[in-house]
Amino acid sequence: MELLNYAFMQRALLAAVLVGITAPAIGIYLVQRRQALMGDGIGHVAMTGVGLGFLLSWSPVWMATLVSVLGAVLMELIRWYGRTRGDIALAMLFYGGMAGGVMFINLAPTGSNANLTSYLFGSLSTVSQSDVTAICLLAAFVVLVTIGLRRQLFAVSQDEEFARVTGLPVRALNLLTAVTAAVTVTVAMRVVGLLLVSALMVVPVAAAQQLSRSFAATFAVAVAIGVTVTLSGTVTSYYQDVPPGATIVLLTIAAFLLLTALAAPLARRRARVLEHAGGDPAECVIPETGKETGRATVPAGRASRNGTEGIGA
Amino acid sequence: MSDEPATEPVISEPVISLRGVRAELGSRTVLRGIDLSVHRGEVVALLGANGSGKSTAIRSVIGQVPVSDGAIEIFGTPRARFSDWKRVGYVPQRTTAAGGVPATVTEVVASGRLSRARFGILRKADHEAVRRALALVGMADRAKDSVNALSGGQHQRVLIARALACEPELLIMDEPMAGVDLASQEVLAETLRKQVGEGTTVLLVLHELGPLEPLIDRAVVLRDGCVLHDGPPPKAVGQHALPGHDHVHPHAAPGAEPVRTGLLS
Repeated sequence: MELLNYAFMQRALLAAVLVGITAPAIGIYLVQRRQALMGDGIGHVAMTGVGLGFLLSWSPVWMATLVSVLGAVLMELIRWYGRTRGDIALAMLFYGGMAGGVMFINLAPTGSNANLTSYLFGSLSTVSQSDVTAICLLAAFVVLVTIGLRRQLFAVSQDEEFARVTGLPVRALNLLTAVTAAVTVTVAMRVVGLLLVSALMVVPVAAAQQLSRSFAATFAVAVAIGVTVTLSGTVTSYYQDVPPGATIVLLTIAAFLLLTALAAPLARRRARVLEHAGGDPAECVIPETGKETGRATVPAGRASRNGTEGIGA
Repeated sequence: MSDEPATEPVISEPVISLRGVRAELGSRTVLRGIDLSVHRGEVVALLGANGSGKSTAIRSVIGQVPVSDGAIEIFGTPRARFSDWKRVGYVPQRTTAAGGVPATVTEVVASGRLSRARFGILRKADHEAVRRALALVGMADRAKDSVNALSGGQHQRVLIARALACEPELLIMDEPMAGVDLASQEVLAETLRKQVGEGTTVLLVLHELGPLEPLIDRAVVLRDGCVLHDGPPPKAVGQHALPGHDHVHPHAAPGAEPVRTGLLS
């Protein structure tokens, strides 16, 4: 493994593992609440952060974190109060964010569209030491939230109305989900890029669903797929000189197709096992005809009660 | 009303109390001054045609629908300050218990236990409560199955098990019998019978009394956001025992004091 001798590859591989863990970990809650494209929206908004970072000579990673967190909170507020006009407000936020990014980076003395491209599609050689520090800290936050609060986030994402009646702070948890998704976007930004990050949040979860029946198993399999594709994508990108973000996303889709192909025979086998078990006996109760014939020998009142029980029980 | 000296809570202090509750959804007024109280151990059915406001009334109690006027109390505490949610089990109106990601029956029911679990950590006793709730609705053998693989009636049984997982004193249910096959309806009626036998208070929205009829102590019929009838469940024969059936009952104009009968019983 000579690629481990290069410091930039060590950093890139570390970042790749962290992306492989964090993106599906928060993505599963977004898929569960049917907001699979939220990551994409946050990615657009984060571009303004990158542009501002260059313009103000700040760290683009931290600036992107700040701006995308603000954007995610704004999106959540629009979801509460926007109602009918909500989707139009979101569209303005997304494209405004993208346009702002292009504008700021061109205004910046050191910036150019070439810089922006490395943030849009990911780049291994440009992951700096300070980027790695930032990515580690942010990833730790994402893992802590998505695993530590898994039961609360599961309940809120599964059924918001019910979660409110269990006394959970639904709004705070929604905001936390949005903020965590925003943080994940900036974690993944250097490796897969802002425009492709949403794929890594959604596709591993979709692939894991093909095999799993439980939420816990879906979570574990999605993270395993995430780490596998980010690592193999990064290594492939090193040897073949192809862009890492695109390689990782294509590998993820390949994993999805593979698992879908595997899932069909598995589902058939499960269905057979279920058939053998006989299903739920309560589903089809046929009233016994024996009671009908016995009616003549028992008192009338008792017979009719038996009759109704036969149908209902 | 608030100027009156607070009376000592007597034995029959209402578990749920709505006084003059008004609510709007968008620009449409759905509730026009509802008075409703449910006492400890009572089983009260909210009946009415579609759009009469019965679901909105229930959702205003749990705080899902904001109230523009009137007062709601749960266990004697104003709703806005009520936080003791572990005493309340809620079954929302749903046709499915599934979300966007597969989940097992146990995982869904366990989320109903969160009101009793500190920091969302489930202990041994919590897992046992989840198992008990599943056994109550006859779903113990499906505990590890994905909810996606269940029938409509089984989904409803899972949703009710989720509400029972916190061992509530008060059950609030929004059309628990909607889209449920006959066999599951009987299981649900039996589950509810056991709960009521143990002293659980129940407020439920129903479209028709159906197999729950013998359990129900009192029926409140809504029409156009007003209480039309509050008293013993409407007794009628055969299929006409349905709330949607034209109910001949003298009542005041909308907005006036609703007719209240049977409250003293």
